[in-house]
Order: sequence, then C-alpha cells, then structure tokens
Amino acid sequence: MDHTFHLPNSGHNFDAKASKMGMWLFLYTELLLFGGLFLVYMVYRELNSEAFLLASFKLNVWMGTFNTVLLITSSMTIAMSITALQKGNKILSIRLMWITILAALGFLIVKYFEWGAKFEHGLFPGMEHYQQLPTGERLYFYLYFFMTGLHGLHVIVGAVFIMFVIRGVKKGSVTPERYSLSENAGLYWHLVDLIWIYLFPLFYLIH
Amino acid sequence: MTVDTLPYTTFYKAKKGIISWLFTLDHKRVALLYLYSIITFFLVGASLGILMRLELFHPGKDIVEPHTYNQIFTLHGVIMIFLFIIPSIPAVFGNFFLPLLLGTDDVAFPRLNLFSFWLYAIGALFALGTLVFGDGPADTGWTFYAPYSVRTGTNVTMSVVAAFVLGFSSILTGLNFIVTIHRLRTPGMGFNQMPLFAWSLYATSWIQLLATPVIGITLLMIVAERVFGVGLFDPSIGGDPVLYQHMFWIYSHPAVYIMALPAMGIVSEIIPTFAQRTIFGYKAIAYSSMAIAFIGYFVWGHHMFTSGMSGPAAYIFSILTFLVAIPTSIKVFNWIATLYKGSINIDTPLLFALAFIFNFLIGGLTGLVNGALAADIHLHDTYFVVGHLHYVMFGGTGFAFFGALHYWFPKIWGKMYNKKVANTAFATLLIGFNILYFPMIILGIMGMPRRYYDYLPEFTFWNQVSTVGSWITVSSLIVLIVNLFVAARKGKKAPDNPWGGITLEWQTKSPPPLENFDKMPKIPEGGPYNYPNAKSSN
Repeated sequence: MDHTFHLPNSGHNFDAKASKMGMWLFLYTELLLFGGLFLVYMVYRELNSEAFLLASFKLNVWMGTFNTVLLITSSMTIAMSITALQKGNKILSIRLMWITILAALGFLIVKYFEWGAKFEHGLFPGMEHYQQLPTGERLYFYLYFFMTGLHGLHVIVGAVFIMFVIRGVKKGSVTPERYSLSENAGLYWHLVDLIWIYLFPLFYLIH
Repeated sequence: MTVDTLPYTTFYKAKKGIISWLFTLDHKRVALLYLYSIITFFLVGASLGILMRLELFHPGKDIVEPHTYNQIFTLHGVIMIFLFIIPSIPAVFGNFFLPLLLGTDDVAFPRLNLFSFWLYAIGALFALGTLVFGDGPADTGWTFYAPYSVRTGTNVTMSVVAAFVLGFSSILTGLNFIVTIHRLRTPGMGFNQMPLFAWSLYATSWIQLLATPVIGITLLMIVAERVFGVGLFDPSIGGDPVLYQHMFWIYSHPAVYIMALPAMGIVSEIIPTFAQRTIFGYKAIAYSSMAIAFIGYFVWGHHMFTSGMSGPAAYIFSILTFLVAIPTSIKVFNWIATLYKGSINIDTPLLFALAFIFNFLIGGLTGLVNGALAADIHLHDTYFVVGHLHYVMFGGTGFAFFGALHYWFPKIWGKMYNKKVANTAFATLLIGFNILYFPMIILGIMGMPRRYYDYLPEFTFWNQVSTVGSWITVSSLIVLIVNLFVAARKGKKAPDNPWGGITLEWQTKSPPPLENFDKMPKIPEGGPYNYPNAKSSN
C-alpha cells in the first residue's frame, strides 16, 4: 500500500497563521479572566468609593509610575526584537529580548519592595492591621493583592516565554522565515503590558 | 462505496504500549482516552445518583446521614457536569470526528490536545481527591454558592481547584477546534459545506473559550477567600453573595449550551444519514447554533430571579431566555422536516436521535416555565428544576452521546454491535429515564424542594416511582455499555460505511489508519448531505 500520501491540510504541518490565531484566542481568554476581576472591582468601587479612595493613598504612586514606564518600554523592545528577527538580525533580536526580560525583572523587584512595605504595615489580607481596617479598605487591599499578584504571575510567565524564544533563536527553530513563536511571545507580552496599563490607574491614580 | 480489502495499519496498531497512548499526538487516541475516562466517571456519577434515589425511597433517614447526602449530591453534580457532560461530546466525538469530517488528519495543535487531556486527568484526580483528603467532599452543591462555600469545613478548595483545572482543559479544547475549523478544512470545503456537527462544535468552542475564564477567576476568588480568610462574597465583611451568583452563572449558563449544542450537532448528523435525504434548512441549523451561543451569554440572570434583582433586569433576562427557544425550535422543525418523505431506515442511532428530540422537547418546555417570572417564584429550587435539567442534560445530551456512540461505533472499532440488544437497551432506557425524571416535575409542582435528604409524607408515592425508574435506567445503561464492550472485542466486522453516510468520515476505512485518509477525500457535490440516491425530490 502506498504510504507516501499526505494530506495537504495536515494538522502536523507548520502553520504560522494557525499558531497566531491560537495565540489571539488565548489572549481573549486572558482578557476575560481579568475581566471577571475588573467586574468585581467595578462593583465594589461603586459601593465603597470613599474607602477605595482613602486606601489608594496608601500606595506609592512613584513606584507604580516607574513600573509603568518599565513595562511600556519593554513592550517596545519586544516589538523591536521581532522586527529585528524578521529582518535577519538575530543577535540584535536576542539582545532586545534580554532587555525585555531585564525590564520584567526590574518590574518584579520594584513590586517586591512595594509589596514588602505593605506587609510591614500589616496590610496583607489576614494580618493584624488589615483586620482593623474598615470593610471598603479591606476589599481594596484584597483586590489589590489579588489583581497585581495575578498580573505579576503573568509577568513571570511572559518572561519565561521570551526565554524559550531566545533558546529557539539560538537553536535555529525560530528563524527570520519562521518567527511565529517570537511573534506570539510578543503578543503575550503586550497583553501583560496592557493589563498593567489598566491596573495602574485603577489602583493608583483614580481620585 | 468501494470496500478495500487490502491490509493496512489501523491507528490502534500504529504504535504499541501504554506510553504510546499516554503521550499520543493522534486525535483518535486522545478521543478514546477521553471516552474511557468519561464512561468511568459517568458510572461513578450514576452510582451516586442511585444512592440518592435509594435514600429518597422513604421519608426520613434510610441509608445515609443528611450531611453525607449533601456531599453525595454535590459530588454527583461535580462529576456529572465537569467530568462527564461538558467534555462528553466535544472531547470524545469532537476529537475523533472533527478532523475526519473536515477531511484532515488531526486537530490544529495536536500537542495542546494531549495537554488538554492531561489537564482533564489532573482535574479528575482533584475532584476524586476530595474523597480522601481534608474533611470530605464539598457539601455546597455543584454551584459552590457563597458564603456557605467560604465557611463550610468540607474540602471545597480542592473541588473548586478541580473545576478550575477542568475549565482550563475545556478552554484549550475549544481553542483547538476553532483553529482547526478555520485552518484545516479540506480544500474546497467552505464554512457552508461543513457538516453540521462541525458547525455546532464551532459554536460550542466559542462559548468554551469566552465563558470559561470567568468561572476560572470566580473559583480562584473562592479559593483565595478560603485560604486567606477574607471575603469578596461574604456579606459579614462587606462582600456580596449575589455578585458571586452573577459571576458563577455568567459562565455556567453558557455552559448549558456547551452541553446542548454538540448534542444537537450529533442529531443533525444522524437524521440525514438515516433518512437518506438532504438536511432541511442547512443554513438555518448552522446559524441557529451560532444564535444560541450568542443569546446564551445574556440569559444567566434567569437562575437568580429569587435572589434579589431589579424588576427591569428580571424582565429582560426573562425575555432573552424566551428568545433562546426560537433557534432551538428552528432546529427541531428542520429535523422533522428532514424526516418527512425521507427513506427512513430505523436503526439504533436514529432511535436515540428521535428520543433526543422527545426528551429535549420536555426539557426545553419546562425550561420556558422556569424562565417565566411568576412561575419561577413557585418552582425555583424545587424538584421541577431537577427534572428539567435532567431532561435537558441526560435526556438530551446523554441520549445524543449514546446515539453518537452507536452511530460511529463501527467507524471507531470497525465492528458492529448486536442491534437487538442495543434496541432493547434503548427502549428500556427511554422508559426508565421517563419514569425516573417525570415524577420529579410533578413533585416540583407539588412543592417538594430540592437538595434535602428528607421530604413530607405526601410526596412518598412519586418519589418511589422515581426510584423504581432509576433502577430501570441503570440496568439499561449497564446492558447498553456491556453490549458495546462485547462488540468492541468480539463483534462482527463492520463495513466501512454501514449506514450509507456521505460525510467524509465514511470514505475512509474502519477503524481509520493513523493518517485518517490514504487518498484525498471527495466532498459530496451540492452540500454535505446531498444524497445522490434520495427518492424524494420536492
């Protein structure tokens, strides 16, 4: 029997469009995951707007601003690294990806100090000072830790994803002709950035 | 159809050993892994159901403590919803037949597909782990309503994590199917030449993708509340339990269509094949799937008419709920119109499809009664709802699942089952099913509340009828499954196309080779159900 027959539309073919479509669909699910949290935030902000405002003064706006700048810059570097790869400049592409990862690390370090200060003040859910806060402020800090924590997790995942791309470029499985993995990592990283763009004003800036 | 007698390697024999199954990238094997797990969990869930019916045989305590009863119905719900019904048709028949129906050799992301199965297995371990770890399985009901789910001492955390992981598995399956349908259709097959099962999977996948994350995050919030002892949903510290209900049903109502739509797809496959006639209103059926998926997002509030909701919100949710009935009945009319003047070949799969229509009609109409604002006040949280949901899920999706199993059995295993036994099992199952659940509808109207291990003496008669029905149902299920099990091992060899179907899966061998097709499949001219020999021509 003839075993040389292969379907032209095989699922085992490399299909850049399919993987990009898959990534976009996955991003929708991520948006909805955070969407649930935004919904809860909206409801409780409406119910406890005074308390939310008071609690938001306890955050460090400068640290938040610094992190926002870091993330936006890293979004730019990852986009540049994709273009560099497409144009065939592998070394520049890898460097730009490392810069993105460094920015991610920087973000996490700042976050560590920010969270650390809150822990010192006993503002983490379940701690002594937290228990004495009025209801609205407790909800605020609960949401703050939940949402920025989940976002932080996404920063870590995004950075690891980019490391896989770096490995792929070095090993030759991600090339100027076959760059969809790098593009997908970029898309994911933009999502991480985008969610922060919403978290930042919601927690730090709104008056 | 030509019968190729040349030897070839089936996908069963392409590789050997248990590792080749657990790490398989073949969609057919993944589908079978799902099938065996799902049937197992179905039997576990059914046993729990039997326990409940036995407890309810007499008023008062019969065999289990009230607390145990609460745990039993919760575990029954969690297993049946998350481990059986939601993955049943998409993960088993979707995985096996979507690529075959589209004329390709696998789904778009074979590795992701395997990963979905692993997630399913991990989720299942968590769900069953509640039996062993902590203070026993959750006793909250499968809805995990706050604040009770935050306060109870039972192992809610683990059940909720199970549901979260299973939800993730379901998301990835949906994602995979959407990309598969967009990218891997055989050349020349447009969206409107796809078989209707593919259309219904497409609609289902969008729901899986866009609704499941919401429950994911909601369940994470429950876990966080339990772990850190603070509440978003606990009113004692300013949380809002009704908000939890909203968040829960934003997913869980669309999830009802994750369960129902693929079943409708199965019926749309079976009926034209056994009527040997073009499906009536192809586009109407295809687009009504999308319409159900779309409207289904906006009806979640009808679970909460008694939870506290403003008047206008209640009206709107009620009207939207009624709207879902329109695309659903479009399908029913089209199926019946397809049968009209067809050359009907009454065989086991068709019987299941017809039973689906019958049961789903009762399930759907009782659903409308629930959706009516005034009636719902009386019927909310009574056995009427239990009867309704079992008519839709078991009578609808369950029957379609078994119909699909009998329809595609010869393709999956290359064997034919004993039709007499299968038809007998079908008939007793249909009778047993109705004896089991119709009394629940009556009990609900009489006012018997759901989720209690005890009831007032005036409800005794119908409860006993229902319990007798459960014995008939389970015995028929055992006969049905044993019959198929025996056939898979020792059945007569089935031809490649025993039913005379013309969708692409019938053009390959039974069981299919690893690559599904060894020559280019031919799309039937003039649409996927354009039967060349159809007698009627009006």
